[in-house]
Amino acid sequence: MKIAVLAGGRTPERDVSLRSGHRVAAALSERGHDAVLVDPAERPLVETLLELRPTICWLALHGKEGEDGTVQRLLHLIGVPHVGAAAFDCEVAFDKVLAKDALRRAGVPTAPWVTVEGSALRDLGAGAALGSVVERVGLPCVVKPSRSGSALGVGFVERAADLPAAVMAALSFSGAAIIEAKVEGSEVALSAVGTPADPLPLVEIVPKSGVYDYASRYTAGATEYFSPARLSADVTTVATEAALAAIGALRLRDLTRVDLMIDTDGHPWVLEVNVSPGMTETSLLPMAARAAGMSLSDVCDRVLQSALQRLSGEQTRH
Amino acid sequence: MAEFTIDRFVDLYANRTSGMSASEVRALFAVASRPEVVSLAGGMPFVQALPNDQLLQVVREVLEEHGSMALQYGGGQGDLSLRRRLVELMAAEDVAADPEDMVITTGAQQALDLVGKIFIDPGNLIAVEAPAYVGALTAFSAYEPRYLQIDIDDDGMIVDQLEHALIRGERPKFVYTCPNFGNPSGVTLSYERRKQLVALCREASIPIVEDNPYGMLRFEGDPLPCLRTLDPENVIYLGTVSKVFSPGVRVGWALAEQSVIQRLILAKEAADLCGSSFMMLVTERYFAHEARWHTNLSSLVDIYRSRRDTMVEAIAEHFPQDATWTTPAGGFYVWVTLPDWMDTKAMLVAAVERRVAYVPGSAFYPDGRGRDQMRLAFCYPPEDRIREGIQRLGTLLRDEAQLYGSLHP
Repeated sequence: MKIAVLAGGRTPERDVSLRSGHRVAAALSERGHDAVLVDPAERPLVETLLELRPTICWLALHGKEGEDGTVQRLLHLIGVPHVGAAAFDCEVAFDKVLAKDALRRAGVPTAPWVTVEGSALRDLGAGAALGSVVERVGLPCVVKPSRSGSALGVGFVERAADLPAAVMAALSFSGAAIIEAKVEGSEVALSAVGTPADPLPLVEIVPKSGVYDYASRYTAGATEYFSPARLSADVTTVATEAALAAIGALRLRDLTRVDLMIDTDGHPWVLEVNVSPGMTETSLLPMAARAAGMSLSDVCDRVLQSALQRLSGEQTRH
Repeated sequence: MAEFTIDRFVDLYANRTSGMSASEVRALFAVASRPEVVSLAGGMPFVQALPNDQLLQVVREVLEEHGSMALQYGGGQGDLSLRRRLVELMAAEDVAADPEDMVITTGAQQALDLVGKIFIDPGNLIAVEAPAYVGALTAFSAYEPRYLQIDIDDDGMIVDQLEHALIRGERPKFVYTCPNFGNPSGVTLSYERRKQLVALCREASIPIVEDNPYGMLRFEGDPLPCLRTLDPENVIYLGTVSKVFSPGVRVGWALAEQSVIQRLILAKEAADLCGSSFMMLVTERYFAHEARWHTNLSSLVDIYRSRRDTMVEAIAEHFPQDATWTTPAGGFYVWVTLPDWMDTKAMLVAAVERRVAYVPGSAFYPDGRGRDQMRLAFCYPPEDRIREGIQRLGTLLRDEAQLYGSLHP
C-alpha cells in the first residue's frame, strides 16, 4: 500500500518532525508498505500528492499547519484520506485555549487558567487586568503559547514582576497566551493507539534540570524516563482514565498522546494533548510502546489498520 | 517497570560536553535557512562573486602539476608553498611573518580550538571581549575555562576594564579579541586601545590571541596596525582565507612564537594529522596571481560596502528610535542594541514567522547576557532582500513595543 508520510514543514519543530517521519516511514516499510516521505517545505504538497496518489497520508508534521487542522483540511479538499483526528478536532486539540475549555466542559481535570490574547492587549487594554491574573491563578504559574509544541515559548513565573516578559515570549509563538496554575508533582504521558483509544503504559518523565523544556526533550540523556510510571495502581488507573476522557472529549483517534501532571495527592491534571506525537528515538510514544512489548512497526501497523477500517466504513456509507 | 535509557552512555560523557545540548535557537535556524526567509543570521561570505573559470583553472593547475601530492598526506605544519604565499597575504596588512612561525589549520576555527587545547586547563581564567565570536566561545568552552568578560564600546575592548581586573589580581591565561570589524560587534579596536592592550599584556606576560578574519574587508578609512605588528612576540595571530577567498577550502592559520607554534603543530597532528593537501594547494594557486586575487577582493569589498550601506540605511528608516547600532567600517556585521526589556531570543520565532532571521545577542556572551541585542549579517543577501528583511524586522519591533506598552499600562 502506498503511504505518504508528511514530515518537515516550516515550523520550529521541523527537524524533530523529519526525525519522526523517517522512523515512521521505516517502520511502515518494514511491514511491506510503500512509504514515501513528503516534506511540504521541499515540494509543493498538492502537486506531489496528486502525482503520488497515496492510499492514505500519515501526518508526522509537528506544530502549526500539521497539527492545527490546516493540512488535514487541505487533504480533505483533494480527497486524500489521512491518519489521525479530523481537521476540526485537530484545530481544537492544538489550541490550548479551545482544548482546555473543551476539557473543562467534559469534566476532565485541567489546571485553572486564564487566557490573554495579543489583540486584546494591543487594542483593548487587557494589560490593566494582568495584575488580577496572579490573584486568580496563583504563583508559581506557567505561561504557554496557545498554539505551539515541544514546550517552545513556555515560561515558568515565580514572581509577579516576571509575568509580562513571559507573556511576551509566549505571544512570540502564538496570538494568545494561557497562564496556568503550576501543578507540582510528577509529569507523565499517556500514549494511545487505535480507535477507540487503547492506552499504552504511562511514561514518567524526570528531567535532570527539573524542567521538561526543549533541551530536556531533545538532548539524549537530559531526562530519565520510567515506564510503566512509578505510581500506585490506583493513581495509574485514575491518570489513565483522565487521559482517555481527554481523548474522548476532544474526539481524537488513531494515535494520540496526552501529557499530564500527577499532583502530590495523586490527582491527575491534563496539561495538553497531541494529535501528532513525536516518534523520534527520544520520544515518549515509542517508549510506551516498548514498555508494552510492541515495536514501532507494531504501533504503526495498528494505527494504520485503525484509520483504514474507518475509511472503509466511510466508503461503505457513501 | 522499565527505566528507559535514551542514551546508555549518558553517565560516561566528559563534563565538557555538559554545555552541548539541543537548543530552540538551533531548531529555528533549520527553518530560517529556508529560501523564503531573509536570513540576516549566518555570516556566509558571498562566494558567488568568485569567477568560476578562475577556480576551475586553479583546480586544474593543482591536479596537473601536483596531482600525487594533492592526494597525499602532508606535514602537520602545512604545505610550505602555501605558508610562503600566506606570508605575502599578511604583508598586505603589514604583518611581518616567517613561514616557519606558522601552522596551517582547518579554518581559523581549528586554530581557536588548538589554542584552547594548549593553554586551558579546567577552571583556568581566560579574558574575552564581550560580546565575542560565538565560535571562539564554543571552542574554548570545551576546555572548561572561567571567563573574564571585557566589555566593548565604539572603540573596541575597554582595556581599562582588563587593567582593573589585573590590578585586582586576576591572571587570565590569554586575552581573546577580534580587533578589526569584530564578530559580532562590527567594532574596530582604536589605535590608542591597541597600544594600551599590547603594552598591558606585554607587561603582565599574558599572550593576546588576535583573530583577524575581516581585516582585509575594509570599506573606508585607513587600516590600523594589527596587534601582532605592535608586539610580534606576545601576540598569537589567527588568519583565514574564508572571507577573502572561500570558507569551503577550510584554510586558516596561526602565526606565533616558535615555542607556541611547536605546541600547536603537535596539537594539530594529534587532532587530524594534517590539513587537506588538495585544498592547501588550491589556496596557494589562487593567491599566486596577485592581480587576480586583488581584483576579486576589491569587487567583494565593493559588494559588502553597498550591502552595509543598504542595511544601515534601512535600519535607520525602520527601527525604533530607542534602538542603537554600530556602523562597521568593514567586515560582515551590524550589532544592534534594543530597549532593555526586549528579549531577542524569545522574539526570534516571531521573526522567523515573518520570514526574517538574526542571531540573538545572548549567544555571544559566556554568561548569556545580551538578551536585548542582536547580530545582523549583511554579507550574503542581495540589497533588495536586506531592505525587505530589515523592514520586516522593523515592523516586528514596533509591534513588540506596542505589546510591551500594553502590558505596562
